Amino acid sequence: MPEPPYEHDGAIAGTGFGGAMDLATSEAETLEKTPGGPEGTGPAGKPRSLWSDAWRDLRRNPVFIVSALVILFLVFISLWPSAIASGNPLSCDLAKAQEGSQPGHPFGFDGQGCDVYTRTVYGARKSVTVGVCATVGVALLGSVLGGLAGFFGGVWDSVLSRITDVFFAIPVVLGGLVLLSVVTSNTVWPVIGFMVLLGWPQISRIARGSVITAKQNDYVQAARALGASNSRMLLRHIAPNAVAPVIVVATIALGTYIALEATLSYLGVGLKPPSVSWGIDISAASPYIRNAPHALLWPSGALAVTVLAFIMLGDAVRDALDPKLR
Amino acid sequence: MGGATHAKRVACAAAVALAATACGGGGDDSGGGSGAGGGVLSSSWGDPQNPLEPANTNEVQGGKVLDMIFRGLKRYNPQTGAAEDMLAEKIATKDSQNFTITVKNGWTFSNGEKVTAKSFVDAWNYGASLKNNQKNAYFFGYIEGYGKVHPEDGSKQSADTLSGLKVVDDRTFTVKLTQKFSTFPDTLGYPAFAPLPQAFFSDHAGWIKKPVGNGPYMIDSYTKGSQMSLRKWDKYPGADKAQNGGVDLKVYTDNNTAYTDLMAGNLDLVDDVPAAQLKNVKSDLGDRYLNTPAGIIQTLAFPFYDAQWNKADSDKVRKGLSMAINRKQITETIFQKTRTPATDWTSPVLGKDGGFQDGLCGDFCDYDPEQAKKLVAEGGGIPGGQVKISYNADTGSHKQWVDAVCNSINNALGNDKACVGSPVGTFADFRTRITQKKMSGPFRAGWQMDYPLIQNFLQPLYYTNASSNDGKWSNKKFDGLVDQANKETDTAKAIGLFQQAEEVVRDNMAAIPLWYQNGSAGWSERLSNVKLNPFSVPVYNEIKVG
Amino acid sequence: MGRYVVRRLLQMIPVFIGATLLIFLMVNVMGDPIAGLCGDRQCDPATAAQLKKEFGLDKPVWQQYLTYMGNVFTGDFGTAFNGQEVTELMSTAFPVTIRLTVVAIVFEVVIGITLGVITGLRRGRPVDTGVLLVTLVVISVPTFVTGLLLQLLLGVKWGWIRPSVSSDAPLDELILPGLVLASVSLAYVVRLTRTSIAENRRSDYVRTAIAKGLPRRRVVTRHLLRNSLIPVITFIGADVGFLMGGAIVTERIFNIHGVGYQLYQGILRQNTQTVVGFVTVLVLVFLVCNLVVDLLYAVLDPRIRYA
Repeated sequence: MPEPPYEHDGAIAGTGFGGAMDLATSEAETLEKTPGGPEGTGPAGKPRSLWSDAWRDLRRNPVFIVSALVILFLVFISLWPSAIASGNPLSCDLAKAQEGSQPGHPFGFDGQGCDVYTRTVYGARKSVTVGVCATVGVALLGSVLGGLAGFFGGVWDSVLSRITDVFFAIPVVLGGLVLLSVVTSNTVWPVIGFMVLLGWPQISRIARGSVITAKQNDYVQAARALGASNSRMLLRHIAPNAVAPVIVVATIALGTYIALEATLSYLGVGLKPPSVSWGIDISAASPYIRNAPHALLWPSGALAVTVLAFIMLGDAVRDALDPKLR
Repeated sequence: MGGATHAKRVACAAAVALAATACGGGGDDSGGGSGAGGGVLSSSWGDPQNPLEPANTNEVQGGKVLDMIFRGLKRYNPQTGAAEDMLAEKIATKDSQNFTITVKNGWTFSNGEKVTAKSFVDAWNYGASLKNNQKNAYFFGYIEGYGKVHPEDGSKQSADTLSGLKVVDDRTFTVKLTQKFSTFPDTLGYPAFAPLPQAFFSDHAGWIKKPVGNGPYMIDSYTKGSQMSLRKWDKYPGADKAQNGGVDLKVYTDNNTAYTDLMAGNLDLVDDVPAAQLKNVKSDLGDRYLNTPAGIIQTLAFPFYDAQWNKADSDKVRKGLSMAINRKQITETIFQKTRTPATDWTSPVLGKDGGFQDGLCGDFCDYDPEQAKKLVAEGGGIPGGQVKISYNADTGSHKQWVDAVCNSINNALGNDKACVGSPVGTFADFRTRITQKKMSGPFRAGWQMDYPLIQNFLQPLYYTNASSNDGKWSNKKFDGLVDQANKETDTAKAIGLFQQAEEVVRDNMAAIPLWYQNGSAGWSERLSNVKLNPFSVPVYNEIKVG
Repeated sequence: MGRYVVRRLLQMIPVFIGATLLIFLMVNVMGDPIAGLCGDRQCDPATAAQLKKEFGLDKPVWQQYLTYMGNVFTGDFGTAFNGQEVTELMSTAFPVTIRLTVVAIVFEVVIGITLGVITGLRRGRPVDTGVLLVTLVVISVPTFVTGLLLQLLLGVKWGWIRPSVSSDAPLDELILPGLVLASVSLAYVVRLTRTSIAENRRSDYVRTAIAKGLPRRRVVTRHLLRNSLIPVITFIGADVGFLMGGAIVTERIFNIHGVGYQLYQGILRQNTQTVVGFVTVLVLVFLVCNLVVDLLYAVLDPRIRYA
């Protein structure tokens, strides 16, 4: 009996980014295990039917619609925050520190006397940037490495899998503390770089597993028998069919990266001023939780809604892609 | 609910006391902590950064313990800060360079060993010797022979003992300094000058595990990184006996948690009330809260090694920035008056006679946006267009005040990007950047005095290449005045010279004085007579429990 | 099976070496640890140089790594800068963190699986939707916000619990921190169990069992639960390693002097010996957990056989 494609992936997957991705992994794995593979289940039997089926499903799923709208709104205010907030997030008046809601300042003021509403709106940009860039980076690096390992197998697979294990074994928050504690740059790039560096193994495992599954499909074997080149097989036949689990996990992971940025800020190593981000504001407000809970609750709420939207989107996409649950 | 937690706490205290007697039962004739001295209190603490050797401890948390388990030749009066004889019977000198020190009779360490002249000389030799890696070695730098036991250039040390220290008899020793230093006796209250028992040298590892000293408390148990239990030493010969049964120092990572624990009745004493909680102390604690001046000043230092900050007119930029900081508003809003706007470069705890000069800074320390704008412009504007104030983000409430200072500067200069805080993740990294001269703008420079002398506020910070002259400021006139002052045998004249030196600091705005930091403490209903000394450390031995 | 275990054990060696080397290099990037030891002062250069020599910091990194690993294999994890032996710190920190982890796992198992089964059996009903929403919210709010809020409400405002944990860290004081630590994983356990139950409910063997006329209760406990819990158990097993290393935030909020606290402190003070030592142990725990989980998988799921 050949080794199961998911060997120990589903089991090991986990310790990296905390719970969030574990579930994604495990559920994505269920998705892979589906007999015959997802692509075989479309009623029309065309290779693209999985995606068109999924899309038809999603359009009718209220969860998807709501979360997609929330995300669109977030992207909108990330690009044009001034559209809904007229203030300047950097202009603060200490005389108003910790004051509550008042006309023109619906969310009140934080410990430095900055307008919480303005900062919450402007905070979306950095948080979303971190989430999107980290996810794209992780997905690219992870898919390439995992895909290659799965496709070529043998020594390649062993070496890459061990390297994956090495990066997986480092607790993420700890790695963040160590690597980011020496950074003084106030751009988003060190934080994103760190997330990619320690996050790719998650995707890599999924990609490897699904490439192995896809590789065993009859039509891939047929393509090989017909003498298709490696690159052609990878790009034309395997990738389109192996990408679904990666997308599911990446969507959910996006939310967790945004939350991770906040945690790093709380530990003092996240984004740095004058960047405006939810993480910075939440961590700055946390000591004032007794006197000015509003300064903590608004950015936390915005963060939670964002994470929620991405997780729900991921959920919906997974449901749509998993024929078993239909 | 409050009653329930209270009952629980009493039960816990009883359990601790029981455990203490159980532990102390093994032939320790000094009697452990269950003696007549009253109850045991718990107090917040931070894990000391260095081993608890006297000459190796340079921060408050380790200093707290040393203050409880050691007594030196002098002790700084907990109220006035004046250096008073403790173990010293007398310290005699004719020329301010050669001192004869007589140790009082009848003092012992808590293990029974007598405190003699040798206890001091051995301890000081140990502290000065390079091979022992003592971080406070430079305190012995004025003693003759220091260059041989501690060669600065890293060459091999050619002697193990300081040639300037000589034991005359059991209770007398002499000290020879390399230069005149009139206030030398007053520095002897610093913990680095504490005596050490023979056990320190013969069983060093054992001593480090459980230090033994000659103070009013003994260490009962020490769980590394978590808790230290100190108990009253019943046979302590000094007059300042412990008024309580002992102190349990509990490690807290975050002083917010310590404060929370105080409110919930799980902790008796917090000696550093976090800025964010200051607004609540009145309602939470009523009058079980103390806010007294301490010998700590916060300043902003500048990188004088960076040509941009050391131009001919740079002092105008520094003065302008100083005037752009609304000290009053920040100390009132962020610190709830636990800081006092600074008007000189020393500290009010020195007193007028000690050299403190209220208002020495003059207009330059007053908030004046118009003048600030003008001065900064005259000085050629802010180098690089933006001030980045560096600070370490891992401890204290630095982020809060740096953000506030920056907002104040931004508002005054009418440019929301004129100033920005630049946090450095760890204190170690912050220090590394300073030592390697990598700072590109002003940075946080706090100074807690070692001993209450004006010299200690000026020389280590502004003298050319001094150990804490982080900005590498250098001024011949200042150096000359300090040298002159140290040689002066008349105290009043010496202080006058130091004050002249301080004026040089002002005229150049070598550092922007921000505020004097107070010590603050909050305590539970069980405690009374809680005080803080000028070093912002609780006077533990005077606290009464119950 | 035996051959599989041996192969896995052999594979662990390069991973262990790689992970420790990685953390060693990372810690080295943090810079000069000596500078932070002298307070707001510059260490005098002679003492600094000597300290560096004593801690071996003057040697090239690869040599430091080899020396360190050599010592580790003899059980010597070095000494922290404040003279405390790292093994001593471990002996006080690990028991606390293990207790905390146990509390968290118990929550995951008891609450997580119960809710998961209920929602899985009642898919689409109000109970299901409600629990699903709650788990989503729990996942979305960062742990430190949940922790700080609960600490303020339960510990300070209502006085139900101690807001922080005493240095002995008895089990009863660890209940709230354990719940906070477990919260995110708990939410996942619920969802995972739910999916798994819902999936298996439609499987042939369950249908057969129901068709045979077995009582519903028996079908659920004997047939459905046993098979549905396989992925859940493996998830929880893998979570052990994560919980032990990931408690930095929780331990900080509740002032628990465990592994997370020591690591945090070690990083702030750039205490390389402490950080590398603790991470080395954590990596070992992680690897062993994974092996156990994989073996468990094979034991529970007869369809999987390791050659």
